[in-house]
Amino acid sequence: MSQDKQVVSPLPGIFYRKPDPDAEPYVKEGDPVKAGDVIGLVEVMKNYQEIQVEEDGTIASFAVGNEEVIEAGQVIVVLK
Amino acid sequence: MSGIQKILIANRGEIARRIIRTCRRMGIRSVAVYSEADQHALHVREADEAYNIGPSQVKKSYLNIDKILEIALHCQADAIHPGYGFLSENAVFARKCEEHGLTFIGPDADIIEQMGSKIVSRQSMQQAGVPVVPGWDGRLNSAEEAVDAANRLGFPLMLKASAGGGGMGLRLVRDEEELKRLFASAQQQASSSFGDGSLFLERYVQDARHIEVQLAADRYGHVIHLFERECTIQRRNQKVLEESPSPVLSNALRNQLCETAVRGAKEIGYTNIGTMEFIFDEQSEQFYFLEMNTRIQVEHPVTEAITGLDLVELQIKLAQGEPLPLKQHDVRSTGYALEGRLYAEDPKTFFPSPGTIEQLQLPEEGVRLDFAVEEGSVVSPFYDPMIGKMIVHADNRQAAIEQFHHLLKHIKVEGIKTNLALLQGITADPDFQQGQYTTNYLKRKKLLALKTD
Repeated sequence: MSQDKQVVSPLPGIFYRKPDPDAEPYVKEGDPVKAGDVIGLVEVMKNYQEIQVEEDGTIASFAVGNEEVIEAGQVIVVLK
Repeated sequence: MSGIQKILIANRGEIARRIIRTCRRMGIRSVAVYSEADQHALHVREADEAYNIGPSQVKKSYLNIDKILEIALHCQADAIHPGYGFLSENAVFARKCEEHGLTFIGPDADIIEQMGSKIVSRQSMQQAGVPVVPGWDGRLNSAEEAVDAANRLGFPLMLKASAGGGGMGLRLVRDEEELKRLFASAQQQASSSFGDGSLFLERYVQDARHIEVQLAADRYGHVIHLFERECTIQRRNQKVLEESPSPVLSNALRNQLCETAVRGAKEIGYTNIGTMEFIFDEQSEQFYFLEMNTRIQVEHPVTEAITGLDLVELQIKLAQGEPLPLKQHDVRSTGYALEGRLYAEDPKTFFPSPGTIEQLQLPEEGVRLDFAVEEGSVVSPFYDPMIGKMIVHADNRQAAIEQFHHLLKHIKVEGIKTNLALLQGITADPDFQQGQYTTNYLKRKKLLALKTD
């Protein structure tokens, strides 16, 4: 039994962990997050959509890497 | 004169298909390149040869200069057509093409570089006597310097990235606080998106129109204009609908604008085809240089419709060193042309809508369709949302609008959302029909997007 929660992408596209290539990632494994915090961006057709967490928690792991291609509904992050 | 035998098209979608069409007519072999996402795309099937250039992300495929050059050399192409977007205004790419003995179908690399910097192009145009939007030409090194310049110019202002283009890298600043707040992030974004963090300030011309002049130039100092296009209807600084002639220019003003553009292009030694973009203030009848696009543009069919010329053919001939095949007095503008862009996006939020096109019904007559998709095509999330263009040409503006509006009703796209209803709304709107609109039109007419008839 696990109490882990998942954050999924609402869109297909390219996932970015940082706001721009030279910046620090939005969040790292082990970081606490609050509902509404941004954990990354999904680029779809030259538009950038912020991905937010819906509940408070801690980042347990990232299921996709930076600049990885993702599908709609794919898990991005697992929260503890 | 070296006759071009084989052209590699470093692009995708409708513009790749458009270039293939002209190549075929001219007896030139065409080479397509494609990313993984595009393996079933129309341009791949239509070209004489096609090569995979890597993963779907543009950085790894359509922007991969080394890979594209490798394929061009491997298949023994003698020229590269960059289309629009991607590498089309990349001076490094143009230079590398020439270094590898490949003809770059576009202007010389030095010109691309010069016009790619908005700060430098403003200065060049000023020297040529072309009016520019009042502003601060120098590079702004700090927020303090920006505030200083802004206070001399007066708000509202546009904070612009020198290397930006296509509506990107622009920020409207209304006061000192906003300028201070936005400066660092604008600099940061310009640096990461365009590789150059230089910013400058321009006066914000409210309720202006966006009118551009199509130019053609050979290597022997001859420059002609192919009249203007009015591209004022925009969303997020991206064009939606274009027409020619502009409904607001008198013949005298049209001549003045077109001749000014020719003078500017001559002054900088421009070659190949290009477009000079202007902001036009209807009240004062003043126009100001905005930027120069050193490539073929999305809206080139509007000019092709009124002049009867094939701009891709012209590009190829000019790139292989031929003199301009016609003089200014040979170019005539006939009738009225209108182009609408079909975007895979929600017409209300303008948010992209990738997916599979389940059904596609297009009119067969009375319209030029430059489309990137067919039934069953997957509109990929990796590229531009524009899936096609519809172009009509009629005797006068009213007839063109009626024809266009009628045609839109016969277009059906299912499986993804499109802006079809928005285009219908615009062409049914009395203000648009009377030619009364500015760059704020869509914002002002927000509700129009909701209407379908």
